[in-house]
Amino acid sequence: MNELVLEARNINKDFHDPVTINVLKNINFTINKGEFVSVTGKSGCGKSTLLYILSTMDTDYEGDLLIDNQPMANKKESELAKVRNEKIGFVFQFHYLLNEFTALQNVMLPGLKLGKYSEQEVEYRAIEHLKKLDIQKLANKSANQLSGGEKQRVAIARALINDPLIIMGDEPTGNLDKKNSDIVFDIFKQLTVEFNQTLLIVTHDNEFAKKTERTIEMEDGKIIKQ
Amino acid sequence: MKHNLIFRIAKALLLVRLKQTMVAAVGVTFSIMMFITLLGFMTGLNDLLDGLILNRTAHVRLFKEIKPSKTQPIDLSGEHKKTYNFIESIKSGSTRKEIYNSGAIMQAISKDDRVLGIAPKINAPVFFNDGNIEITGVINGIDIDKESKLFYFDDYVVEGVSADLKNVTNSIILGKGLAEKLLAKTGDVVVITTSRGDRFSLKVVGYFQSGLLELDKVQSFASITTTQKILGKSNNYLTDIQIKLKDIALAPELAKEYAEIYETDAEDIQTANSQFETGSKVRTIISFAVGITLLVVAGFGIYNILNMMIFEKMDSIAILKATGFSGKDVKRIFLVIAISIGVVGGALGLIFGLLLSMGIDQIPFNTASLPTVTTYPINYNIAFYIIGGVFSLITTYFAGYFPAKKASKIDPVVIIRGK
Repeated sequence: MNELVLEARNINKDFHDPVTINVLKNINFTINKGEFVSVTGKSGCGKSTLLYILSTMDTDYEGDLLIDNQPMANKKESELAKVRNEKIGFVFQFHYLLNEFTALQNVMLPGLKLGKYSEQEVEYRAIEHLKKLDIQKLANKSANQLSGGEKQRVAIARALINDPLIIMGDEPTGNLDKKNSDIVFDIFKQLTVEFNQTLLIVTHDNEFAKKTERTIEMEDGKIIKQ
Repeated sequence: MKHNLIFRIAKALLLVRLKQTMVAAVGVTFSIMMFITLLGFMTGLNDLLDGLILNRTAHVRLFKEIKPSKTQPIDLSGEHKKTYNFIESIKSGSTRKEIYNSGAIMQAISKDDRVLGIAPKINAPVFFNDGNIEITGVINGIDIDKESKLFYFDDYVVEGVSADLKNVTNSIILGKGLAEKLLAKTGDVVVITTSRGDRFSLKVVGYFQSGLLELDKVQSFASITTTQKILGKSNNYLTDIQIKLKDIALAPELAKEYAEIYETDAEDIQTANSQFETGSKVRTIISFAVGITLLVVAGFGIYNILNMMIFEKMDSIAILKATGFSGKDVKRIFLVIAISIGVVGGALGLIFGLLLSMGIDQIPFNTASLPTVTTYPINYNIAFYIIGGVFSLITTYFAGYFPAKKASKIDPVVIIRGK
């Protein structure tokens, strides 16, 4: 079963400041449902830039991006925000939880924004996700009381709350020690195996990349191996 | 549901920076409080000063002025109708000072719906004799009941009882300044000489203090019958008819109308006392200007604090956007923050403004020229409170709008990658 989740067609991007540099050159690839894909490459090869284009946050590029077979070109800012809310879960290098809220509230926020379920249901689902990641005891702790590894797991729970089509990660283990990195990797692995979750992770950690099902290698803005 | 979420995020952001938020709210509170107090106090004083004149002044006054006739005999002649006639050295004719047919006029006017009431008056210039000194003065012949009802005459009688004018024959109430000049006490008898040379003795039954010193040095009051007797006139002799209207704004229009119908001179209060209106207006404008300046300054305070908050919360804004909040949602969150500061600060400002006004209202304020006033005057006009409330919302909205717009434009990629 090869259900297409994400498709990039001839994506090109230039940086114009201070001189025009072609950072992404004719990027073409597809991701199917349930795949665990990593994107690797040296620092500055454009892998993060590519991820932000795929995440719909960066709209300044040429080419076509299809998520769930829907073209993302010519969509309004608020429509793209809705796509991110509904179909994409994010995990960043620097955790990025809202310090004003508890861990549970952080997980619930995108769910409340989506408004598909009632608040009680969203809370129940958030607690379920926290349980799945074995951090339900942190639920009522304020975000700034958590350790780095804990924060990253809360962030993963938040990425899962709306049952996204794909989870994207930008160096999600880049700021963690070996032990926490392994925990995070195991969670990702468990998600693909048990829940058929699609994952797209940008990393420069070759060890991490090797363990994934499929690795896209980039160099100088081009895909050299996939 | 969605609005609820925006309110919750706004509340969380507000509470984290509680101190800053409170400083911003106190700024609004202070400015609204001062706005209310300033306007209440200023308008109170305005009303007091205006009342000094306006309470005592008829809205429309009908009288007969001594002046040369507008139409000279030559203008009536058909032969010279089409020419322009120059006549030199025109003198006022020996017209009578009284209003013709005053009884019928009063009856007609009191039936007019627009009129609150009318009071007749006789203006009699006299000399007060004090030994061999003569002091010029005026006796106003008044109808005590009507004068008290329409022009608060009782309020200005500082000694004696105004009703004595009616009950004691040949009685007079002297202006305070005039009484001091004559060394006349209540119960004394003063001697006056009319312009025709007749002498009269009148018993002093009280003092009168209008608050205008110049006026108190020449004015005195007697009943209409007494005044008619002094002047040797019949009992239908009246020089003035004072009209008080239900709506003061109609005065100029009615003055014109009555002048035409009754063939008298008519003066409206706006023309007679235009300087008071101008003064009040300028004072009100200054109060508004100061109040609004205070509010704008408070608005800049909010603007700064929100700008700082957005700078601090860049990460949070980026994450909200990454997880599916649109620029519009972010803008709403910061607008809600700004407007909550405005609502809370404004409401407290209105309450403290009222309290401060009430405090000022308790401060004793005794002045010789204002016998009826014992504390500082305050106007509690609801309009000031509405304007203050609305204005606090408008300023905070605009103070929040620009930072909120900036927050909505934040590019999450720049923040997230920038680390």
